[in-house]
Amino acid sequence: MATVEPSDIAKLAQLARIAVSEQQSGEVASRITEVLNLVDQLQAADTRDVEPMAHPLDAVQRLRADQVTEQNRREAFQAIAPAVEDGLYLVPRVIEE
Amino acid sequence: MEWETVIGLEVHVQLATKTKIFSGASTAYGAAPNTQACAIDLAMPGTLPVANEAAFRYAVMFGLAVHAEIGKRSVFERKNYFYPDLPKGYQTTQLAEPIVGPGYVDLELSEGRTKRVRIHHAHLEEDAGKSLHEDYHGMSGIDLNRAGTPLIEVVTEPDMRSAEEAVAFAKKLHNIATSLEICDGDMSQGSMRFDVNISVRPKGQETLGTRTETKNLNSFRFMEEAIALEVERQIDVLEDGGKIVQETRLYNGETKVARSMRTKEDSDDYRYFPCPDLLPVILDDQYINEVRQQMPELPEARRERFVADYGLTEYDATQLTAERAVADYFEATVKACGEAKLAANWIMADLSAYLNKEELSITQSKVTPIQLAGLITRLTDGTLSSKIAKQVFEAMTLGEGDADTIIEARGLKQVSDTGALEKLVDEVIANNTKQVDNYRSADEAKRPKMLGFFVGQIMKASKGQANPQAVNDILKKKLEG
Repeated sequence: MATVEPSDIAKLAQLARIAVSEQQSGEVASRITEVLNLVDQLQAADTRDVEPMAHPLDAVQRLRADQVTEQNRREAFQAIAPAVEDGLYLVPRVIEE
Repeated sequence: MEWETVIGLEVHVQLATKTKIFSGASTAYGAAPNTQACAIDLAMPGTLPVANEAAFRYAVMFGLAVHAEIGKRSVFERKNYFYPDLPKGYQTTQLAEPIVGPGYVDLELSEGRTKRVRIHHAHLEEDAGKSLHEDYHGMSGIDLNRAGTPLIEVVTEPDMRSAEEAVAFAKKLHNIATSLEICDGDMSQGSMRFDVNISVRPKGQETLGTRTETKNLNSFRFMEEAIALEVERQIDVLEDGGKIVQETRLYNGETKVARSMRTKEDSDDYRYFPCPDLLPVILDDQYINEVRQQMPELPEARRERFVADYGLTEYDATQLTAERAVADYFEATVKACGEAKLAANWIMADLSAYLNKEELSITQSKVTPIQLAGLITRLTDGTLSSKIAKQVFEAMTLGEGDADTIIEARGLKQVSDTGALEKLVDEVIANNTKQVDNYRSADEAKRPKMLGFFVGQIMKASKGQANPQAVNDILKKKLEG
């Protein structure tokens, strides 16, 4: 039986860049525990001879020729960006630690 | 205690395709920011990736060159993490079913030693964009031109036991990738980047020590320095009774200092899963054979050809084919002058000393292969003595033009004219009567050595321009005649 602690929630929230308040984390933890319990039930199924299915299609990837087909559309893309300067997209500052 | 170093490498090789791995945007280096970042690279909603055939072809070439099994079925997965230079929120990469399986590379080390380094696998993935941390009103600027550029990440087994072996592996990989023309090899622009996993253990111990990873080394010299520094640090920690913490480290080549980066995600935290936007890629034997047929000459084949076609020694051929650009330079020189052995000697001695001193790569050499060939031709046709040839070479490195221009401008032509030489010989004989008497009364066996004195005097008088062979002949005739 999987149990998710509020401390796990804090880490998951950080990885997913989602704000989960301390008040919420108890409830989120119990909900995720429920989901994991469901997964535990699924785990009980014998899948030894079953190949994992990543795609519902029985098809293979088509490959493209190595030719430039995309033109510069920076102006159009940057018109809808929240902040740009010198051709760069501006984002909240990331400091590498 | 005696310690053993254990090193494994992860190498990112930027593939020299014209376009991105999943979009038709150009990969040309140096374009204005974000002018080569299309809707797919920007992760605009509703876009779908389409894989670039050339990226697979290059990866297959690499796999064949390192004697690896080719993944006939390869699958892309998503590696999830958040960083602004990765607009999708995940990197498309390969994990369980990579394009290149286990293989190996053989290294030639100093003193004729060899070593086999096993490749664990190599996988295809996309590069991220670049974050510019210059302050834009408290914000970071993002350039996504590089986002989606195809890479192969080559992962070795922990088979290397010293910085020398790790650097030899890195150079060999660089040589293979540039010989295959799948990578431009320009390390200063990040075309090849090395992550080094290092651990130490008491000699004789079977189990591996805890390792650290030093990331993003972009020169062979930095790699050597970073390994030496980290090995010393780990041994110090262990000998003081401490423990090595598994961590990522950054080495600064300017300050020669390494520091720990706060540990990022564990591999579980990346939540890999197969990419639903990309189907498995299936390559058949026919495709792989076609790629094999198109492969350019590999360094080892080229070395054998240099021995067979140019009559070089194994040693010279190994030296000259250790770097693609050097081998190209050699062949261009030989093509222009027809003198393989002389070309080899000049490249390995004078040219290499000049490049080392000026810290240049051979492609930045002021002396072109055609110019070197011109110099060699003037040496073989007797215009230059080998001593003067060195002066001409030096002038070439200063950009004074080709050999004939320099010889003309500096009046360096070797004097082979018998009349002029005889005059010089006569003067030297007249000025050194004592030595002449000694010579004439000396044993036959001692004479060749004594002759050297006169040759030296004559060369000096001619400012090095006298043809030494002609001087010898005339001298002997005059002294003994």
